Amino acid sequence: MTAAPSPEVLRAPLVVEFPFTRSLGPVQSAFLTGLRERTVLGVRTSDGKVLVPPVEYDPVTADEIRDLVEVAPTGTVTTWAWNPDPRRDQPLATPFAWVLVKLDGADTALLHVLDATGPDAVRTGQRVRIRWAGERTGAITDIACFEPYEGEPGAATPHTGEFEDTVTGIIAQARLDYVYSPGRAQSDYINALAGRKTVGERCPSCRKVYVPPRGACPTCGVATDEQVEVGPAGTLTTYCIVNIKARGLDIEVPYVYGHIALDGAGLPLHGRIGGIPYDQVRMGLRVEPVWTEGGRFPDHYRPTGEPDADYDTYKELI
Amino acid sequence: MREVAIVAFAQTDHRRSTDDLSEVEMVMPVLHGVLAQTGLKASDIDFTCSGSSDYLAGRAFSFTMTLDGVGAWPPISESHVEMDGAWALYEAWVKLLTGEADTALVYSYGKSSPGVVRDVLTRQLDPYYVAPLWPDSVALAALQAQALIDAGDTGEPALAEIAARSRGAAADNPHAQLRGARPQGGYVVQPLRTGDCPPVGDGAAAVVLAAGDRARELCGRPAWIRGMDHRIEAHSLGVRDLTDSPSARLAAERAGAFERPVDTAELHAPFSSQEVVLRKALDLGDDVRVNPSGGALAANPVMAAGLIRLGEAAARIHRGESDRALAHATSGPCLQQNLVAVLEGEAQ
Repeated sequence: MTAAPSPEVLRAPLVVEFPFTRSLGPVQSAFLTGLRERTVLGVRTSDGKVLVPPVEYDPVTADEIRDLVEVAPTGTVTTWAWNPDPRRDQPLATPFAWVLVKLDGADTALLHVLDATGPDAVRTGQRVRIRWAGERTGAITDIACFEPYEGEPGAATPHTGEFEDTVTGIIAQARLDYVYSPGRAQSDYINALAGRKTVGERCPSCRKVYVPPRGACPTCGVATDEQVEVGPAGTLTTYCIVNIKARGLDIEVPYVYGHIALDGAGLPLHGRIGGIPYDQVRMGLRVEPVWTEGGRFPDHYRPTGEPDADYDTYKELI
Repeated sequence: MREVAIVAFAQTDHRRSTDDLSEVEMVMPVLHGVLAQTGLKASDIDFTCSGSSDYLAGRAFSFTMTLDGVGAWPPISESHVEMDGAWALYEAWVKLLTGEADTALVYSYGKSSPGVVRDVLTRQLDPYYVAPLWPDSVALAALQAQALIDAGDTGEPALAEIAARSRGAAADNPHAQLRGARPQGGYVVQPLRTGDCPPVGDGAAAVVLAAGDRARELCGRPAWIRGMDHRIEAHSLGVRDLTDSPSARLAAERAGAFERPVDTAELHAPFSSQEVVLRKALDLGDDVRVNPSGGALAANPVMAAGLIRLGEAAARIHRGESDRALAHATSGPCLQQNLVAVLEGEAQ
C-alpha cells in the first residue's frame, strides 16, 4: 500500500519556557547591584577606557579587570532605531526608540530604550538620562528606560563597587512560542492511532518497517513511503520497573515501561505495561494496546493471554 | 597542503512555511541531490558535518532527527555545529586538510516557520545585559543602519537600491523565496523598511567537499577552496564600531581574498544595510558581481543562508561563470561573526 496524500498535517502549540539561574562574577555583580541602588558602574581597561556596561576581561588584552568607576546617569545617544510596534517582553509597551547611549564618563555605549513621543523626537547626539524602575532587583531592567534630558554632563569617579546585600545571580526568564508540526510521516502515524491503528513505513531499500515512522530510513538514508499496518499485538522485548513518580503523572508506582515489538514491525516502540503485577512482567510477554474512551493513542499495553514468544523470534529486535 | 574543493551543491526551494514536512523530510532531497551530482553513495562519504539550531526547532538535540537522512547506521564519522552550515563546512575543510578524510558531506537547515525568528534570535544575545530587553534581530540591524546613515555611508534610497537589485537578481533563481520587484514597504524598525529585511522562511542546503584528485573525479570543474577564515568581534554592541566590520576584513585577508581581485562575491547580508558594511570591509569594487543569486534578501533560511553563499559561489565556478569568487557567511547580531572563503576554478 502506498501512502495517500495526508488528510491532515497536525499542528499544536508548543511553549518553551526556561528560567536560567545565572551566577554573576564580581564585576557584573557590582554593576547589577549598583543599578538596584541607582548607581551606574563601569570598569576601567588597561589603556584607561571606561566600559559601561562593564566586563571582567579587557577586550583588547584579555587581562582581568576590576577597576570600577561610577559614571553619570546622563548621556548621549550614539545611534538609535524607532520601534513602532513593541513586542512582548520589551521594556516599553508604547512605541519607543532603541538606543545606544554613551553615559557621561563612559567610553562605550549601553543598549537600552528611550521613551520619546515619536521618531522626530529622537536624534543621534541627543542628551538623555536614566529613568529608574520603581521596583529594582539588580537587573538591567532596573533601568526602566531613558528619557530626553538637557543637562550638564557628569564624570567618572572611582567607586569601591561594594554594596550591602550584593546581588550574586539573576534568573533569566525566557518564553518562546512555537506551532509545532511533526511533518507528513509522523502526522500519518498519529492520525492512524486516533483510528486505533498502528502504521509503520517500510524502507524501499532494506525492507525494514519503522514504527513510529519519521519519513526516513536511518540505515539507508532514503525516504520510507510505503505504509504498513502493524500489530495490534506484539512482544515485550525488554522493560524496566519505574519506582519514582513523575510530577503530574497520574500512574501509581511501581509500574513497568517496556519496548514492544508489534507484529510486523522492524523495531520496537515503547509504552507502559499494565494489567499485570509489575513483578510478573517478563521478556517475551505477548501484549496488546489498550485505548481509553476518546483516547488518540494507546494508554498502555496489557497481556493478550497468549503463550510467551520464543526468544529467537524477537532477539534481533532487542 | 592538500587541495580541497566544493564539488557539489544543492538547496531546497525556500518557502515561508514547510509545516507539511519534518526536518528530515525537508533535508533528505538536498542530501540525495548532492550525492546524485557526484555519483557518491552515503557509505562513500568519509565525514559528515551539519549546522542547525535547537532554538529554531524549540527542542533539544534537534539535529539528531535529520541524521536519519544521511544513513547513520552503521556508525559514521559525524559532527554538528550549533551555527550556520558555513561553519560546519569550515570544520569539514579542516578535517580534509588534515588528511583524515577525502570526502565530506556538509548540510544545514532551518525551519523558522514554527516560531517567531525575531524573538528566537534574541536568545543568542548576552543574557545579563541585553537579552532581558528582548531587542529583536531587526531592531539591532536598524541601530547599525542608522549608524551608517549618520556616518554618511548610505541613505534610505541607497538601501532600497540594494534590496531591489537583490530581488531582481533572484528572478533567475528558482530556489529563492522573494523573486523580482516588490514594494520597499513601511518601516519595520526605522530606518529599516520591509524591503531592507530578509524574508522569514524554511530551507536547507548541502555541499560535498573532496580533496585533490578525488575532487577532479567527482566534478568537471571543482571550486577549489584557496583559503578560508572566520573571526569574531566583541559581543557588546556598544564596544564595536557598527559602521565597520574588522572581523570580516581580517577573515578575508587571512583567506587570501586581497591577493588578487575576485569576479563574484556571495555575501551573507540579511539586511540591506549590512551589504554596505561588507562591501567596504571587503574592499569590493563596482566591477565585482555581488550576490547574483539574490543573496539573503531573497532567501534567508536561518542556519543555511551562509552555507548557501558558499554553495552559490561554488556553483558559479562549476558552471564556468566565475573564476575566482569570494563567499561570506555571518552569525550573531550586526555581523558579529564573519567567515570568508576564496574559491577558484582552474583555467578553462
